[in-house]
Amino acid sequence: MVGGILAKKLGMTRIFAEDGNVVPVTVLEAGPCTVVQKKTVEKDGYNAVQLGFMPKKKSRVPKPLLGHFEKAGTPCFYHLREFKVSNIEAVEVGQQVTVEEFQPGDVVDVTGTSKGRGFAGVIKRHGFKRGPETHGSRNHRRPKSIGCCTFPGRVIKGKRMPGHMGNKRVTIKNLKVVDVRPEHNLILVKGAVPGSRNSLVIIKKVG
Amino acid sequence: MNRIQMIEKEHMRLDLPEIKPGYTVKVYQRITEEGKERIQIFQGVVIKVRGSGTGATFTVRKISYGVGVEKVFPFSSPTVEKVEVVSKGRVRRAKLYYLRALRGKAARLAEKKH
Repeated sequence: MVGGILAKKLGMTRIFAEDGNVVPVTVLEAGPCTVVQKKTVEKDGYNAVQLGFMPKKKSRVPKPLLGHFEKAGTPCFYHLREFKVSNIEAVEVGQQVTVEEFQPGDVVDVTGTSKGRGFAGVIKRHGFKRGPETHGSRNHRRPKSIGCCTFPGRVIKGKRMPGHMGNKRVTIKNLKVVDVRPEHNLILVKGAVPGSRNSLVIIKKVG
Repeated sequence: MNRIQMIEKEHMRLDLPEIKPGYTVKVYQRITEEGKERIQIFQGVVIKVRGSGTGATFTVRKISYGVGVEKVFPFSSPTVEKVEVVSKGRVRRAKLYYLRALRGKAARLAEKKH
């Protein structure tokens, strides 16, 4: 009903389809999540639910946040995220959201934080070609020329240059749900998902 | 990690016999062509076993009409109908790439002593 869930990336493996084709899958431990807050058009200007994921000790929660959990009457959680919901009446605070929202064959968008690469050069960051290693070449991994001369007399905006790579929010769209295991709270999606193992990902149903 | 291993275990084939480098095996593979299904037999020497879990494969080499042919089979593939061990050769290394350079009598393997 919520159409989304929070999950932890466990890692990748491969499984075999009926016809013998190999399917690369990412295993995600999704939920169970609890609805901590309901946001409505009348009160907040939009319809959404706030889901909590991964229970946390009460003593580890900052006091203002503790008040938020106590108001909802739910346990405390490490992660809180909002999901837009059209049919807000069907959702109650304290309600559980589990993997059973999803079925094999569903199409989902998965959002995560990509692995941080630090300050990366243009070869790693933008896929530039490298220079020759020998024959007197002094250009090995440089970006080479970054523009023209007096005209335009500046570097064009958006020129691909070295800089920080990774550690940013990335969404992979239209991944297929291969399998759902409600007994272990697992979802298997086809293909790769951003982030390292044990990182938080957001799964949203498409359509 | 053990939850991933649990999923892999479900997709792994545990009915195949032990396959090691140096063994001569007969692989029965199901092949679907134009909607029709048939079994193809590939007999040769196992020259490589690699990987773990559902990704594990073995390579079988045979000489077909004077040309060396190698085929890689996943251990867990559902298209592999069955595998028969024809003979167990005695080898002293894990990867038998040296067989590629040998022909005829020189490419034989001594039978394993029990």
